[in-house]
Amino acid sequence: MLIAALRKELLLQWRSRTQIMAVFVFGATSLLLFSFAVGPNSEALRLYSSGFLWLGLLLSSTLTLAESYAAEMENRALEGLLLLPSDPRALYYGKAIANWLQLSMLGIALVPVMVVLYDAGTTDLLRLFAIILLGAAGLSAPGTMYAAMTSQARAKQTLLPLLLFPLIVPALLASVKATSLVILGDPMRQLTPWISLLAAFDAIYWSLCGLLYSRVVED
Amino acid sequence: MKTGPAAILLAIGAYFGFVVAVAQFHGVSALALGLPSGAIATLAAGCGVAGAIWFLFANDQADSSAPWQVMAGLGVLCLAFGSYYGLFVAPPEQYMGEVQRIMYVHVPTAWNALLAMTLAFACAVIFLFKPDYKWDSRMEGAIEVGVVLAFLLCCQGAIWAKPTWGVWWDWDPRLTTTAVLLFAFLGILALRRFVEDPARRAIWSSVATIIAYVDVPIVYFSVRWWNSLHQQQSNPGTVSKQFWLPLRLNAFGILFLMVAFIMIRAQLATLRRKQEMAPPLPEVAELGEAV
Repeated sequence: MLIAALRKELLLQWRSRTQIMAVFVFGATSLLLFSFAVGPNSEALRLYSSGFLWLGLLLSSTLTLAESYAAEMENRALEGLLLLPSDPRALYYGKAIANWLQLSMLGIALVPVMVVLYDAGTTDLLRLFAIILLGAAGLSAPGTMYAAMTSQARAKQTLLPLLLFPLIVPALLASVKATSLVILGDPMRQLTPWISLLAAFDAIYWSLCGLLYSRVVED
Repeated sequence: MKTGPAAILLAIGAYFGFVVAVAQFHGVSALALGLPSGAIATLAAGCGVAGAIWFLFANDQADSSAPWQVMAGLGVLCLAFGSYYGLFVAPPEQYMGEVQRIMYVHVPTAWNALLAMTLAFACAVIFLFKPDYKWDSRMEGAIEVGVVLAFLLCCQGAIWAKPTWGVWWDWDPRLTTTAVLLFAFLGILALRRFVEDPARRAIWSSVATIIAYVDVPIVYFSVRWWNSLHQQQSNPGTVSKQFWLPLRLNAFGILFLMVAFIMIRAQLATLRRKQEMAPPLPEVAELGEAV
């Protein structure tokens, strides 16, 4: 059932790939704009590059997360899905994994933009991608949950960031710290505690949101 | 639930929290019944908080027997005494001087803000297991009052930090956690305003409250790793006896005021929901047909 839900989400994403491209362009544009906020100081830009990368990804995530429920809202498709003899948790995890993959792809795609604009490269790509995967997981678990609520409420464009942004402060903090440690060097060996914090955040919210999701979609 | 047990608990709390403390403040220790000071403090705090919460849950519906004015009056009384002791009787602190006196409202506000959020969390969990709308009303009241207290906490902290640290704001764990908590719960209040269906609103805001409350310790530890400057927490061992009395009096004053405000807001939430769920007035329907 989980596989079927995931397959459905990935198929939907593949068919709306122009939308994903547009979100990537949005993220890249925001990275470009952040550099205007700092000015043409290449040293400062390099220093803040990891923060800008994650803020760009966070802003883009509000677009993709809201979009993941757009198809469900048409013709009351969500109710149809809930009528299937299956666990609503499969629906949640399918959506959350699909959003996670999409956000990770987006984050990895934004890395070259960051390298070019801020001169913030690293050869330790394995660690960088692992951090992006973990950070995207931290965004997608509560994000998928809140998108389920806000997509059925009024003022959905405002409400999702309003609920999501304060919540993911620890994940954002840990991701930014870990990324900048990878890019700028890690003389004090601080990377492991930040990655474990991120992993703990992911573990807590992937399980908690899975537990609570059925209450949110079933009235 | 009856108001009686709340009154007994409050009376025990008041005896140990106020009578004994005032007597000890003035050098009389016979009223303490020979109990050690730790036991007295635990008894006073435990009975006071339990009594106040019992009073809240017994009286926050429309058919309540005791009005919120009782709690508000108690709160104003405690705050008046506490502020008198804090401003005029207690000596200024050795290093920070008069600025430190803001502690007498700041620390109680912090305790009560956290208590209000914890109450909201408890109501959310209970609502998910036992869907009775009175828990939804209580949760809304607790979140609203908690948000106000968290906002006051940030303001008081900024007023204190400017002369002490030289800045209005610092990225310290407790400050940052309070700010994150404030915005997270403001978001939940916004969610409640944007969902019309009362059943959905109740379930969704319960879920959001649980998710946001679980976040608080994670935010705290992450920011603590990130940066730290806030004073270490004091305990009665590190604080002179003359500082306790105004602090505890104000803590109870704000607690009672908080309970009074949660009662008002919970009653309002119940009334608002009843209005929403009420069937449309027949006159309106007939008018519609006539037109």
